[in-house]
Amino acid sequence: MLTPVVDDDGAPFWEYAARGELRIQACADCAELRFPPRPCCPHCRSFATEWRRVSGRGRIWSYVRPHPPLLPDYAEQAPYHVVLVELTDAPRIRLVGNLVSGPGARLDSVPAERIRIGARVQVVFTPTGLPQWLLERP
Amino acid sequence: MAVLKDATAIVGIGQTPFAKQLPESERALACRAILAALDDAGIAPDEVDALASYTMEETDEVEVAKALGLGDLTFFSKVGYGGGGSCATVAHLAAAIATGQATVGVAWRSRKRGSGPRPWKNTTVQLPTPAQWTRPYGLLRPADEIAMLARRHMHEYGTTRDHLFNVALACRNRANQNPAAIMYERPLTREMYMNSRWISEPLCLFDNCLETDGALACVVVSAERARDCRRTPVYVHSAAQGLPAQHHGMVNYWNDDPLTGPAWTAARHLWKHADLTPDDIDVAQIYDAFTALIPLSLEGYGFCARGEGGAFTEGGALETGGRLPLNTSGGGLSEAYVHGFNLINEGVRQLRGTSTAQVPDAATCLVTAGEGVPTSALLLRN
Repeated sequence: MLTPVVDDDGAPFWEYAARGELRIQACADCAELRFPPRPCCPHCRSFATEWRRVSGRGRIWSYVRPHPPLLPDYAEQAPYHVVLVELTDAPRIRLVGNLVSGPGARLDSVPAERIRIGARVQVVFTPTGLPQWLLERP
Repeated sequence: MAVLKDATAIVGIGQTPFAKQLPESERALACRAILAALDDAGIAPDEVDALASYTMEETDEVEVAKALGLGDLTFFSKVGYGGGGSCATVAHLAAAIATGQATVGVAWRSRKRGSGPRPWKNTTVQLPTPAQWTRPYGLLRPADEIAMLARRHMHEYGTTRDHLFNVALACRNRANQNPAAIMYERPLTREMYMNSRWISEPLCLFDNCLETDGALACVVVSAERARDCRRTPVYVHSAAQGLPAQHHGMVNYWNDDPLTGPAWTAARHLWKHADLTPDDIDVAQIYDAFTALIPLSLEGYGFCARGEGGAFTEGGALETGGRLPLNTSGGGLSEAYVHGFNLINEGVRQLRGTSTAQVPDAATCLVTAGEGVPTSALLLRN
């Protein structure tokens, strides 16, 4: 499986995720949240940043089901769900992830008929610190 | 921008055959396409003093100029963002010529996507840094990235698979008329579309562009020079690039409004500096790496209101004789996928009156580059 190729701006996200925390970059001056992480606030142009903990609750904004040809590790689990989750605490922040039946479960572990746009989801983390999403009402 | 309006014209177009696999190198194909375009224009290679292509073009201007015996170059440019760069290559040449930086410009694209490698078949590939937010989750291919926007468009506006089929069919029907198209004489039916395999739900096989080897080129000169050329000039009436505020290429998911992509930004500038409106457009060549880009582009370029891009395709609107004949050579879906350059050349053929699917008396054509990435567009007129 592919692991994140982390850059300087994104590194804190992954360090927090490895500890089981979902944190989003915010401007330390004007408090605007931003994603993906970057060095300067597009709202007030401040370089002061902080990482704000969010509840990890959200709703599915959209989703796709990839089928092969895919990289072999992914093809073996296809078709699976890739979801775009809009965070409840921060409606303009949307995270790409997988909808699964439990932390570290296979990417195809949720039946296709269970997924819909607008469904409430909750973040969990794999043992390697990758955020994943569970349906609040499976 | 008044400086640019009709100040330059495309006077030559050229291309190689299109196929899943061609034996020659990208460099050789580029040279053949450029020579064909110069021959079409009746301009000698040593008169060329400007070149423009894409950042993803493997054939650089030094090699092209050397191989073809071009003159001293005083302008060269490469436009980024893959298929978003197609129309901007012509726009950059037009700007350079209109401002006196060069006199004869050639834009080109050469690509062996048909026989070349597929990144998702190779686990050792080093993925680019921005992909840290998407690739680990199996959002691996452009089709997956655009399918996310397509699903949301379906959810918000009732766009259906039949709407996407209308797009695929219009392109295929025109390719069936075009002997140069890969899908010449290969009809598509609704049954074939609906029963085809999924690539990334909600997108199926026929929602995806072809994988093609081939090259194309065109020649741009001043309007004054164009009057002395062999062919009827096709004027660059307006040109624009578009990179919206807070845009993120391909995965525009973090924008406040992901369904209004770069087309909207390019369109505002394009129409602002034109004497034309969407109602004045006779034929359109709209970038179609995926069928789902067409509804987004129809909305962005103002052919319909937001959310109506799917419904616009109904009733044969995109077919010959319809409200907006689309991709009349077959487009990326059914002629060839060469990062959209074939759409530029087809726009020129329509305004010359030489298309294999000619729109009667076509006098205006919109050509667009890839939606979903920083993009570009041209309004051409004769």
